[in-house]
Amino acid sequence: MLRFILSRVGMVIPTFFGITFLSFLLIRLVPGDPIEVRVGERGISPERLAMFRTELGLDQPLWRQFFDYVGGVLSGDLGVSLVTRNPVLSEFLTLFPATIELSLCAILLAIAIGLPAGMVAAVKRGTIFDHGVMGLSLTGYSMPIFWWGLLLILTFSVQLGWTPVSGRLSALYYVEPVTGFLLLDSLLSGEEGAFGSAVQHLILPAIVLGTIPLAVIARMTRSAMLEVLGEDYIRTARAKGLSPVRVVGLHALRNALIPVVTVIGLQVGTLLGGAILTETIFAWPGIGKWLIESINRRDYPALQGGVLLVATTVILVNLMVDLLYGVLNPRIRHRR
Amino acid sequence: MKRVLLFAGLGALALTGFGAPAHAAKTLVYCSEGSPENFNPQLNTTGTSFDVAKPINNRLTEFERGATKVIPGLAESWTISDDGTVYTFKLRKGVKFHSNKSFKPTRDFNADDVLFSFDRMWKDDHPYHKVSGGSYDYFGDMDMPKLLKSIEKVDDYTVRFVLNAPEAPFIANLAMDFASIQSAEYGAVLLKAGTPEKIDQEPIGTGPFEFVRYQKDAQIRYKAFPEYWGGKQALDNLVFSITPDPAVRYAKLKAGECHVMSFPNLADLPAMKADPTIKVLQQEGLNIGYLGLNVQKKPFDDKRVRQALNMAIDKKAIIEAVYQGAGVPAVNLIPPTLWSYNKTIKGYPFDPAKAKALLAEAGYPDGFETDLWAMPVQRPYNPNARRIAEMMQSDLAAVGIKAKIVSYEWGEYRKRLQAGDPQMALFGWTGDNGDPDNFFYVLLGCEAARVGGGNISKWCYKPFDDLLVKAKRTSDVAERTKLYEAAQVIAHEEAPQFPIAHSVVFMPVRAEVVDYRMDPFGAHIFAGVDLK
Repeated sequence: MLRFILSRVGMVIPTFFGITFLSFLLIRLVPGDPIEVRVGERGISPERLAMFRTELGLDQPLWRQFFDYVGGVLSGDLGVSLVTRNPVLSEFLTLFPATIELSLCAILLAIAIGLPAGMVAAVKRGTIFDHGVMGLSLTGYSMPIFWWGLLLILTFSVQLGWTPVSGRLSALYYVEPVTGFLLLDSLLSGEEGAFGSAVQHLILPAIVLGTIPLAVIARMTRSAMLEVLGEDYIRTARAKGLSPVRVVGLHALRNALIPVVTVIGLQVGTLLGGAILTETIFAWPGIGKWLIESINRRDYPALQGGVLLVATTVILVNLMVDLLYGVLNPRIRHRR
Repeated sequence: MKRVLLFAGLGALALTGFGAPAHAAKTLVYCSEGSPENFNPQLNTTGTSFDVAKPINNRLTEFERGATKVIPGLAESWTISDDGTVYTFKLRKGVKFHSNKSFKPTRDFNADDVLFSFDRMWKDDHPYHKVSGGSYDYFGDMDMPKLLKSIEKVDDYTVRFVLNAPEAPFIANLAMDFASIQSAEYGAVLLKAGTPEKIDQEPIGTGPFEFVRYQKDAQIRYKAFPEYWGGKQALDNLVFSITPDPAVRYAKLKAGECHVMSFPNLADLPAMKADPTIKVLQQEGLNIGYLGLNVQKKPFDDKRVRQALNMAIDKKAIIEAVYQGAGVPAVNLIPPTLWSYNKTIKGYPFDPAKAKALLAEAGYPDGFETDLWAMPVQRPYNPNARRIAEMMQSDLAAVGIKAKIVSYEWGEYRKRLQAGDPQMALFGWTGDNGDPDNFFYVLLGCEAARVGGGNISKWCYKPFDDLLVKAKRTSDVAERTKLYEAAQVIAHEEAPQFPIAHSVVFMPVRAEVVDYRMDPFGAHIFAGVDLK
């Protein structure tokens, strides 16, 4: 087991360095310069430009900047945002809870609906329900996030007035951030109505962000279930006279879950990618919106630091899934 | 059982949670377009960042709400020496500073605060000069380091600015955001605590609203300052709700989640105007979109070619198609709302036949080939440069001019324009201080025609420049008006550019908003606003 864990962790290290390098390089390949982009019509004198470039270390050769950056990363220093002059790590940590909160709600929603829908579709294979679920999930999977988000806003927030349009909390409330997770903070604040407002604000973005994972989970569950339902031991269980609920819910589901868990793990990357779009539409103050602004402002440290941290999160979650998978399934653990 | 209880508890909490808020205070919510860099206008260059500092600060002089007229602010009055180089300001007494967790002011605003604020930007050895990156772009751009000889405290309530040369727009410069006055006492407290950068993140000012809190990328909260020298505001709270997408801002406005929104989509305007709960305010922007003709490159060194070009392009069609009607055809660099605008000048007519004749006279009967640069980004004065370039290209083809459209990344584009690379280029300007000098001198003056300067036509014309320099040195407004009117006649005749339009800025507000006045500089100002 230890060997298995070590080999998985060992694979993470080169991935991590690859991402550090890519995130550093890609933003610098985007045309434009963080100082030039700021000055607008007015322009900047060559002397001042040179002064700022020196001050920000942008006049150094690229390899030097890269090694400085890697040195910083290894000692836990991701640098300072060129725009706000705040440490990148502290900006990230301020905003990340909002993204986690949204992503968690989205994935929980996706699991809560996707898993049962996929199961029922498999059991009722070939029926209208099956076709309906599969058709809907294909539609959901193909739905562009920005369009889907605006559609929901226009319907539920503007026409029906059921949910707020955007943001995390009504402007009438004032909640001091303690954990950064607004659902908790609003409860801790004791301010009447704040928790309700936070929940209402979460509904639409969670649906929008959860749609694609939901579709994937539903489809995956269905096909995994179908495979398992054809196995001999299921027939045996049925022959034994077990109730259909017990056969499907216990014997079949447990075995069908293994690929589904993997897919859920892989969805973390999709979720964080989708969060960037969802957050922009819903003015959700998470890292997605922050990264987009960093690109526009060519804020190199914020962007490379942010991408690195997001990628690290995805790597860690997948590592955890890998390890969990090994724990669940001895065949994987012992395979060479 | 435990689980059931937990769910019941959560359910009960949720139920009480959905009740109505207990606040009855008047809170105005403004849906803004982006996050600020910080809260110090000395350091910033973007309108979004200036907007968030506006409620907090005052300046020595101020722009009258909704106008370009300069009125007394923290300076009650001032005198200017006869040679126009010594400005003596009498400061207002009894002006209080805000307070916060780490600072309680012990004294009123005085001359020390003025010196503190300006010296930070000006003097390299000032303890705050390097704080928060220390780039004071506007201070530099308005030529303050070159202009200022000294700033002296005469007594607690008198400050003297001595200039190296007379500069009539100086009083208007002091009303700009970068000249906001901060508390020297707060500066000293933070320095002692070892957290000087807080001055730019947790601002203290003398303005109508006190800063409460900034939740990054989400919202900014202010509350009315009860001891404001101009009297307490009718609003109790002001909230900026940061909403980057214009369609979502509109949805929030419709749903009543915000009262005022910035920068609507032009396509949404008809629906907004039809909605009885929304008022759409509009104002001609203090800006200009134009096509610069580089006089240092052939064939634009010939005045007749430049005039011909002015007659060859259908301006009206561009304004209808690209500005969707939200633009005023420009005759001149300055918009008609700005003082000294010369009404007697009539724009060149759209007359391709005459343009062709002029080209033939200049030696180009079959036209010529040229480049036509279009910026890659949307600007306040130009909603779609690429589209405008295409329309111009087809108009020009009709008189035999073959134009090739060129574009670069925005920073690179501007740099190349200012270096004088293109023959023809789309560009523009937004006014800073409501002084005609801020258009003419920076866009057509000889000083700006140098490589890297803002005069992208690289047009340096002595008779014209002499008028500008003279106007800079005269503080009499009537006299200056005459000089600028004469300068406009020359600029029109010499035609170093093809002025396109002054864009119209729209501002949708909800019907219950009382007395919101649009700012000609494009800022969003909430002092003096009320809610029904």
